[in-house]
Amino acid sequence: MSLLHWAVLSPFLLAIIVPILYKLFRQIHTGWFVLILPILLFTYFSRFISLTKQGDIIMESATWIPSLGIHVDFYIDGLGLLFALLITGIGSLVVLYSIFYLSKEKEKLNQFYVFLLLFMGAMLGVVLSDNLIVLYSFWEFTSLSSFLLIGYWNERERSRYGAQKSLLITVLGGLSLLGGIILLSIMGNTFSIRELIAQSGELMDHSLFIPALLLVLLGAFTKSAQFPFHIWLPDAMEAPTPVSAYLHSATMVKAGIYLVARLSPVFAESGLWFWLVSIAGLITLFWGSFSAIKQTDLKGVLAFSTISQLGLIMSLLGLGAAALHYDSFGENIYLAATVAAVFHLINHATFKGSLFMVAGIIDHETGTRDIRKLGGLMQVMPITFTVAVIGAFSMAGLPPFNGFLSKEMFLASMVNVLELNIFNMETWGVLFPVVAWVASVFTFIYSMIVVLKPFTGKLQLQLLDKRPHEAPVGMLISPIILASLVIVFGIFPNLLSSRIIEPAVASIQPSVAGPDFQVHIAFWHGFNPEVWMTVGIIAFGILLYKTLPKWQKITRWIPERISLNALYDNGVRGLDRSASSVMKFLMTGYIRTYLLSIFLFFILSLGFTLYWKDAFKLDTGNFARIGLYELILAAIIVIGSIAILFARSRLTSIIILGAVGYTISLFFVLLRAPDLALTQLVIETISVSLFLLCFFHLPLMASRKEERMTFKLNNALISIGVGVIVTLIALSAHSNKLFDSISNYYLENAYKEAGGKNVVNVILVDFRGLDTMFEITVLSIAALGIFAMIKLRLTGRKDKS
Amino acid sequence: MKQNDLILQTVTKVAAFVILLFAVAIFLGGHYSPGGGFVGGLMTSAAIVLLLLAFDIKTVTGILPIDYKLMIGSGLLISSLTVAGGLVFGVPLMTHVYHYVDLPLLGHISLHTAVLFDLGVYLVVVGVTMTIIQTIGESE
Repeated sequence: MSLLHWAVLSPFLLAIIVPILYKLFRQIHTGWFVLILPILLFTYFSRFISLTKQGDIIMESATWIPSLGIHVDFYIDGLGLLFALLITGIGSLVVLYSIFYLSKEKEKLNQFYVFLLLFMGAMLGVVLSDNLIVLYSFWEFTSLSSFLLIGYWNERERSRYGAQKSLLITVLGGLSLLGGIILLSIMGNTFSIRELIAQSGELMDHSLFIPALLLVLLGAFTKSAQFPFHIWLPDAMEAPTPVSAYLHSATMVKAGIYLVARLSPVFAESGLWFWLVSIAGLITLFWGSFSAIKQTDLKGVLAFSTISQLGLIMSLLGLGAAALHYDSFGENIYLAATVAAVFHLINHATFKGSLFMVAGIIDHETGTRDIRKLGGLMQVMPITFTVAVIGAFSMAGLPPFNGFLSKEMFLASMVNVLELNIFNMETWGVLFPVVAWVASVFTFIYSMIVVLKPFTGKLQLQLLDKRPHEAPVGMLISPIILASLVIVFGIFPNLLSSRIIEPAVASIQPSVAGPDFQVHIAFWHGFNPEVWMTVGIIAFGILLYKTLPKWQKITRWIPERISLNALYDNGVRGLDRSASSVMKFLMTGYIRTYLLSIFLFFILSLGFTLYWKDAFKLDTGNFARIGLYELILAAIIVIGSIAILFARSRLTSIIILGAVGYTISLFFVLLRAPDLALTQLVIETISVSLFLLCFFHLPLMASRKEERMTFKLNNALISIGVGVIVTLIALSAHSNKLFDSISNYYLENAYKEAGGKNVVNVILVDFRGLDTMFEITVLSIAALGIFAMIKLRLTGRKDKS
Repeated sequence: MKQNDLILQTVTKVAAFVILLFAVAIFLGGHYSPGGGFVGGLMTSAAIVLLLLAFDIKTVTGILPIDYKLMIGSGLLISSLTVAGGLVFGVPLMTHVYHYVDLPLLGHISLHTAVLFDLGVYLVVVGVTMTIIQTIGESE
């Protein structure tokens, strides 16, 4: 256990203490106690910046399950540190914001901060783990704590729905990730990411490589809300706004991005990875930005914009994979895609965090998030408006904000795709910049919606629940800090480049980014195609925004009925229904049905085994000769058994059954088993009289209505099948005698050893006496059971009357 | 009309004894000829059932004041003690011993612990059948 371990564990430990603090200090907002931790962690992690800048790696291990090769190994490199700083930095700001957002009188603050701290610890664990199993454990922990946070207002139906949906989808991905991890560990014989990266060359040719790749990607795509798994994210907006700002814009949804980036060195050699990641990213980018336009809820717009921006980062990571194949230029232009991805990841965290906080402020101060009701808030909330403008313009990719730079780099990477000549890129590659450009136009439009709809226009006081006014200062601190970061990173991007981005890119692309690799983000780099694209985006964006009411209907061209959400809902409902109908079909409650299935299974399994093992064998050599008496007795039994089936009255059945039983005892006589014959005779007599007793006590209605058993084809078939199967098995078993019987021993030793001449009895009481011991126990239990049933029933009746 | 069971009752008085003797014979001869505790026990209860048929439950319980459930228990006890007896002498469970002795009147005969075990079986079987029949007979 090193300091780093304690750093990752500290949120969990604080989560234990939070409820105590909450109870002890009711008048102080619990958030203040919580706030200390992320700030401490942030300062702790920023100390590593200078180390990772030199390309150093900090590695700390502790044993967990050494016999399975599972160690809690944490290591800090550029990528892990970037995420750790995002998590703790934005975490501090979100906690600060939540102190003013959540009221200490009305809300269950203890629960909120416990969940939030669990999430923070889990997220730190995800990004700092070297061991894949540890990473997976923390991964599921983030799903779980996110579920708890989304359902924080659990008395609301929508919250519960959103929480369940996100849990189902992310856990689906989490489990497939586990599958991928296991396949990876089978291939590489280790759970350590770094050891896997070291042997990535050999992994490529392994037959499990493609399944592992697909499973890992499924995990990453569900977590990062990529198309078509993005549907949980808009519903997760039912969470309190600090949660949305933290989880669903800056951290958790980037866990998938992190995973893709982290495992890029393992998988990126493969063309499949390049295609899947970049195509999924582009589709998500386009679909997210397109769907964002039709939203009427402010957080809904932001949710879809998050989806779209995550798609953008994902597609850049996919393009970055091309760097491994194509570095004939002196300066590797595909490495620039990875740089853009990392840069945009930071930028997105800053501006989306601030935008969510703005949405929260608007919600908090006006009582609604519906952009059809909002308008003209510019005058009453000037500071919020400023923050919103900065965030939204950065999101749209306007200068001088940081979004402009990363958007330029994104467009540049997309244009550079055209020069790629691997994986048949020359034919379809042209779609990449086109889709990117169209999506950027949509991005511009929804960014304008976010900032212009609520803040400009007319203030409609009658639609609002509260009289809007500027938010308290405490609530404004965090968005202001984030907005100033947006500007700082926009104007001085190279603050980040050598400290954060270079080490991060070096850990995503270790084989390409050499030691002399340097990132230099230029604010202005001449009249490149991407500049003209940006100009086009702005021009078209303004044009389309102005005409928005005229064409907004087109965004609703997919009816709600066949949307992905409806597909999910119908899927869940259909699963429910089909499961219940299967249960209804199988579990009828009739013993007859269950017996049918038991016998059917019996026939099928035994019949299949007979056939499959080719076990049927008929050897007539060791058959005994059949005499006349046996024939007669067998005929009586057969006729009797068949007669029972067709007997009209129950009395006839009972008497025929008795006849069959007595014939069997005659068989025992014939086959020289006097003890059995005696016992069979007496027992048959007793059981027939018990049957008669039952018959006598039948309700009058039932005994009068005596009729023949009705014929049912499947019953007949199944009973014939059981008979045939048992006969076949008996014949084969008789023909397959592998060794002699042990009965000779008994015959020789019954008198010598046990002093008896009746071998059956000697076996019963001496050689195998324990069986008898427990058989008489069975009899005793039966007798006491009958006694208890009859006596207890009588007293029960007395009590009732 | 009052029923007269004189013939049945008189025959029963004779037959029950014959059946009982037969049952004891079957039980004791079990080690050498067909029979044993199980059939012997069933035969004994057949004799008692005959008594029950000829008379009624009250009379029979007067003649044989036996709690059959107690009989089951004692039978199980005798059997299990015989089984466990081997442990006292440091031999495996269920080890029987026998010895031939010459008794007056009966002559050369073997005394066998297996008979004790069989006695337990006998008692249990009688107890079980009689408990069942009596319980059902007494129920309304």
